[in-house]
Amino acid sequence: MKLTVWTYEGPPHVGAMRVATAMKGLHYVLHAPQGDTYADLLFTMIERRGHRPPVSYTTFEGRDLGEDTAGLFKKTCQDAYDRFKPQALIVGASCTAELIQDDPGGLAETMDIPVPVIALELPSYQRKENFGTDETFYQLVKALAGPVEKTPHITANLIGPLALGFRHRDDLEEVKGLLYEMGIGINVVAPFDATPADLTRLGAAHINILMYPEHAETAARHMERVLGIPYTKTVPIGVGATHDFVAEVARICGVEPKKDISRLRQPWWSKSVDSTYLTGKRVFVFGDATHVMTAARIARDEMGFEVVGLGCYNREFARAVRQLAKDFGLEALITDDYLEVEKAIEDASPEMILGTQMERHIGKRLGIPCAVISAPVHVQDFPARYSPQMGWEGANVIFDTWIHPLVMGLEEHLLSMFREDFEFHDEAGASHHGGHSPKPAEGGQPPAAAQPRRDISETEKHEQAATLTGTDVMVWLADAEKELKKIPFFVRGKARRNTEKFAAERGVTEISVDTLYEAKAHYAR
Amino acid sequence: MNTPVHIPATSCRDTPILKERGQREVFCGLTGIIWLHRKMQDAFFLVVGSRTCAHLLQSAAGVMIFAEPRFGTAILEETDLAGLADANDELDREVGRLLSRRPDIKQLFLVGSCPSEVIKLDLARAAQRLTQIHAPHVRVLNYSGSGIETTFTQGEDACLASMVPVLPGTEARELLLVGALPDVVEDQAVGLLKKMGIGPIRVLPAPRSSDAPGVGPNTVFACLQPFLGDTAAALERRGARMISAPFPFGEEGTTLWLRAIAKEFGVDDATFEAVTAAPRARARTAIANASEHLRGKTIFFMPDSQLEIPLARFLTRECGMEAIEIGQPYIHKGLVGPDLDLIPAGPTISEGQDVDKQLDRVRAARPDLTVCGLGLANPLEAEGLTTKWAIELVFTPVHFYDQAGDLAGLFSRPLRRRALLKLEERA
Repeated sequence: MKLTVWTYEGPPHVGAMRVATAMKGLHYVLHAPQGDTYADLLFTMIERRGHRPPVSYTTFEGRDLGEDTAGLFKKTCQDAYDRFKPQALIVGASCTAELIQDDPGGLAETMDIPVPVIALELPSYQRKENFGTDETFYQLVKALAGPVEKTPHITANLIGPLALGFRHRDDLEEVKGLLYEMGIGINVVAPFDATPADLTRLGAAHINILMYPEHAETAARHMERVLGIPYTKTVPIGVGATHDFVAEVARICGVEPKKDISRLRQPWWSKSVDSTYLTGKRVFVFGDATHVMTAARIARDEMGFEVVGLGCYNREFARAVRQLAKDFGLEALITDDYLEVEKAIEDASPEMILGTQMERHIGKRLGIPCAVISAPVHVQDFPARYSPQMGWEGANVIFDTWIHPLVMGLEEHLLSMFREDFEFHDEAGASHHGGHSPKPAEGGQPPAAAQPRRDISETEKHEQAATLTGTDVMVWLADAEKELKKIPFFVRGKARRNTEKFAAERGVTEISVDTLYEAKAHYAR
Repeated sequence: MNTPVHIPATSCRDTPILKERGQREVFCGLTGIIWLHRKMQDAFFLVVGSRTCAHLLQSAAGVMIFAEPRFGTAILEETDLAGLADANDELDREVGRLLSRRPDIKQLFLVGSCPSEVIKLDLARAAQRLTQIHAPHVRVLNYSGSGIETTFTQGEDACLASMVPVLPGTEARELLLVGALPDVVEDQAVGLLKKMGIGPIRVLPAPRSSDAPGVGPNTVFACLQPFLGDTAAALERRGARMISAPFPFGEEGTTLWLRAIAKEFGVDDATFEAVTAAPRARARTAIANASEHLRGKTIFFMPDSQLEIPLARFLTRECGMEAIEIGQPYIHKGLVGPDLDLIPAGPTISEGQDVDKQLDRVRAARPDLTVCGLGLANPLEAEGLTTKWAIELVFTPVHFYDQAGDLAGLFSRPLRRRALLKLEERA
């Protein structure tokens, strides 16, 4: 048993629902108790779908248990087929039904259902949502995709995008554009909007574009082995990765790596002088492996940040993430426990977090700006506007998204210049951190020193209390304290810590202005 | 004044109930934890279940999950399924860890889930054992919030019912108000009753375990919510007597509810009138304003919370709506009977659900407003129907006089919005 409040991933049958909901003409019959329909609202509310997920639940109750739950399953299966007339059915059990050991696959086989019925084995007590998506798609491909004649001109399958995927809808358009520029056509996109009939045509493609390894790598490997279709290993998130992706596709398909970068603005935006202040910003990156690995590269090579922490919650990709972390001189954090993530973030004290919905809240608590790069995400990250992560436009989107929470150069300069001004005083907070910014000072007066300090300072105090005990306790001389106040508040915490660390290492117990500046010189980069 | 309420010649009390079984698009009882833990400030709710249970709570709790809530899920892992002895040891260890980390917790609820019930993990015995281990600081109780036993608000019923046997005994004649309401509403209710000279008044659940009410043969209780059948039965087993009344929604419902209690406590008409006249007038004005868009409109309730019958009574009698079907997950006539009495025969009364068949009826009837869960609301909107999502009715303050206008507003807002938006291309 493990006590938990927040989970990064749902159970594996939710993964299967994500595949079923992404597709058309497919129906999922799920052996599950009353209440498991809660997952429907992830699709209808968070993703705002205007149709119910194509899932029929057996909805067994306590009184059904000693009786005929298997019969109930068969009835639900038959009703679902009769009502929805799908091209294929997938059947499986949720966590509770797994325990009562009816065998949905076996039961459905004994019935007279005239379309393919694909049984899913999703071990709910060992595996999670992403396993569910990957396994479900693999089973569908295995059952439906056979050898067919290749298309006369070069075409690709785009595999991996599905329901409740972070920006899958728009990534798809972007990747289609990249391929179009190289003269490569689309054979099948799956699971997104594909029908079971479409899946039977997968074999006609010359290449598989593996958009999201989390959701389709097993299927990609299967198709490589059985249908001889090579698949791409580069995920085109970021400028460099997109160039690499185009090169990889061109190499596999034997076409010219043509690309239209006329609308790519990210590199110039990043080179322009206002971005100089981004240099060496310390970022912590956490999320699913694919988005974390691509984000880390963008952060370092395309934004000029320093990556100070890196990790993922999906263990399936732990090895790749560990390898990447090593390249960054870091130890990867592989965990699905948000408390561990929170601790790692506190320890690394980054200036920015790139993460999931959860890290957004950790950032809020710690007063650290955060941008969302990966699922799980909430409703605001299924935007109406076009906002891919992949390709050239994705790079533009990512630049804007990441820098908005930060105080940009000019603004940062103004803030420190006018820091005694009532509008720009210490307590005003960063302008894009609205939810966290404290109330304006009453009557436009600069706030008194006695005003309660913000959360970040509270954290600081705790840290001090925790790290500085006994004889280590530092005294800040009045002048030094005053000088410290002149440092912009958003870097003051770091300055205070660095100075104290510097002093402690030298056995200094009283911090003077000189100590402050000696420490500054020592840590200058 | 004290005029008897008009009782229609034939009411829904006698309407045969359409009982359905099949796929149910409803929450399980675990969801009740979301509002119960806010109300009971020194309680922690520990679900013993699967990742699905944790995921459900996360989905239902929304942003609340980030605020160190006093609930969590002990997720069963493969090793727990192997042998029962292990599972108990594991549970004891997790509870020990939890209680040492949260010393402010005085009541711990072990909440049963579908998986824990199917593997027959005996949480009642675990609660006894853990109470002994952690006495006197913490009392451990248990109830089922599983989908195989409970629907949505029934989770609150199961929780409160589990507390009743361990409430202290009393011989005092006290009024007990049963059901978790937002503090602002609870204060209004208590305030009105006190002004009539009724007291002492106690509430279940109490905000802290040290304030737990006593119960005994002289206790009379009134339910604030219609889904508290098991709790009412448990109180009656302790000798308490229920005051039966329609539920306090709208001006009429609130007045009838108060009047039933006033009668029990011998409050004279003049006092009753003096206390209620002003808030009644306020409520009538607010309802009249808010229900402008509701008059003559049809409404269809899909089952969700057991609030459907009392709400249909309010909307048909006070807001001029016409009910087509009133679905409840479960109908306890002992509790909602007085509300059924007030609804003229006409609408279909349904219990349980076969969701696809019920949706066929919705589509055929094309009601002006459909009350349903979040899994159905957007799909129905996409079909051109106007919906009101039901879960909001459980979280928002809607009971008693001063919320009556807000309550009507919750139903009129979707209709106003539909009328307001000009999004279609015009010829």
